[in-house]
Amino acid sequence: MATKIVTRKEGYWDKFYLPALAIGLKVTIKQFYRTLFLGKGTTIQYPEVKRTYSQRFRGMHFISVDPNKVENCTSCYLCQTVCPAECITIIAEERPAEENPYGVRKEKRPLSFDIDALRCCFCGMCEEACPKDAIKLSRNYELATLSREEAFYDLDHLKREVKGRG
Amino acid sequence: MTLFDSIALTLKLVFVLGITLNAVPVMVWFERRGSAWIQGRVGPNRVGPFGLLQPVADVIKFVFKENFVPAQASKFYYHLAPAIAAIAPLAALAVIPFGSYFIISGQQVPLQIADLNVGVLLVFAFAGLEVYPLMLAGWASNNKYAILGALRGSSQMVSYEIAMGLSLVSMLLVYGTLDMNVMVQYQDHYWFGFIPRWGILINPVAFVIFLIAIFAETNRLPFDLPEGDAELVAGYHIEYGSTKFAMFFFAEYVAMIMASAVLVTIFLGGYGLMPGFGWLTYGLANILGFETMGTQNILAVGQVIGFIFKVACIMFFFVWVRWTLPRFRFDQLMNLGWKILFPIALVNLLFVAIVIALVGV
Repeated sequence: MATKIVTRKEGYWDKFYLPALAIGLKVTIKQFYRTLFLGKGTTIQYPEVKRTYSQRFRGMHFISVDPNKVENCTSCYLCQTVCPAECITIIAEERPAEENPYGVRKEKRPLSFDIDALRCCFCGMCEEACPKDAIKLSRNYELATLSREEAFYDLDHLKREVKGRG
Repeated sequence: MTLFDSIALTLKLVFVLGITLNAVPVMVWFERRGSAWIQGRVGPNRVGPFGLLQPVADVIKFVFKENFVPAQASKFYYHLAPAIAAIAPLAALAVIPFGSYFIISGQQVPLQIADLNVGVLLVFAFAGLEVYPLMLAGWASNNKYAILGALRGSSQMVSYEIAMGLSLVSMLLVYGTLDMNVMVQYQDHYWFGFIPRWGILINPVAFVIFLIAIFAETNRLPFDLPEGDAELVAGYHIEYGSTKFAMFFFAEYVAMIMASAVLVTIFLGGYGLMPGFGWLTYGLANILGFETMGTQNILAVGQVIGFIFKVACIMFFFVWVRWTLPRFRFDQLMNLGWKILFPIALVNLLFVAIVIALVGV
């Protein structure tokens, strides 16, 4: 490989070197002022201050409930079918008639609704597929757990009232 | 020496040592917080208010660590190195005046531990001693990284001491004395009533050279090659741990304080009041209705505060530069020292000498 000679245009002023230093010092002192006095630092004090994400951020799943705290899910299996990571497992059952004021709208209910968050790729296709707007992805991004078992979300874990978009 | 003198001397020693030793943890804190602010981070803020007790936690950690001595090390020199490193810059602080004098019960108490008429020479003798801990530590550790760091450190310090000395000589020509008190009094005048007659304005070239040289002398970035972490792991103090490392760490900051104090004394008017503060001091004394004694005492307090403020500004500059400039390569360092700073200092000295011979001081 041939040597590539890079020539830099250096004026008398650049060779003097000190003006360049002064420019560098100006940059850092500006940054110092911004962080200290204007509070425009790049990092945040994480556990106390949380980063606000976009409304469209896809984090922890949840299943929305209606005003009677009954989940909206009707076990249609659309999310389980569309899921590319195959992390959703639903077992359906019939909702007992005496517990069902909704009539035909909520005849079916999930007996169990498990999400393996370790397999989930947070693509949001379940959310798109859901005809009842039951499964949704919230903006909660703190998904770390101390054991693998805690990363398997069941129905009780997922049921949540909808506030805004979650 | 009377009892009065002894008490005054003890108090001055306690004051200087106290200020210096307490400035070190503050500087360590500021180095970490300041770097964070410059880089847009938050920085250590968990220990105490604003993280101010972080250095205390660091020191506790250092003290309680295992006191380890490598088997191949030369024990005596290995232990001697951190001791010299800590003592040499502290000793040099003894001759730096930090105020004019107090009048206490009719006696003048000069605010300087040792009033030597060759003060500058003493300071530079002790500053020159700072090369020994590097060499001793590097040699005694019996480690390749340490010896490389020591070699770099000693050659760097020797080369930059020449430029530093020459820029200093040009200032000595201007002041015509080696006594630091006289230098400060020379600078305590004004041109046209408002421009202070400071060394930096008399001889700015010498100031720049001196400033660059003290960065090299105290092994601070951009000249921290003796401990260049990327290539030498930790340089000359790689084999040091616990309290011995803490002493090296401490010595670095004391050396910075000492170098800043010398810089302030020679170039920035020393303990002379900041421009504008003269009116404030005399006004305050007038309002309080003080006689000569009270006025002088208030003046001395203002001078001490001014001196500490100036040194603090230079210390801030040290930190500021550290987080701005990348490290030099060693050949670049030597080029800068020998091919640029040395000739400039020499020409500057010649120029100053000719001007003084023709015009007079």
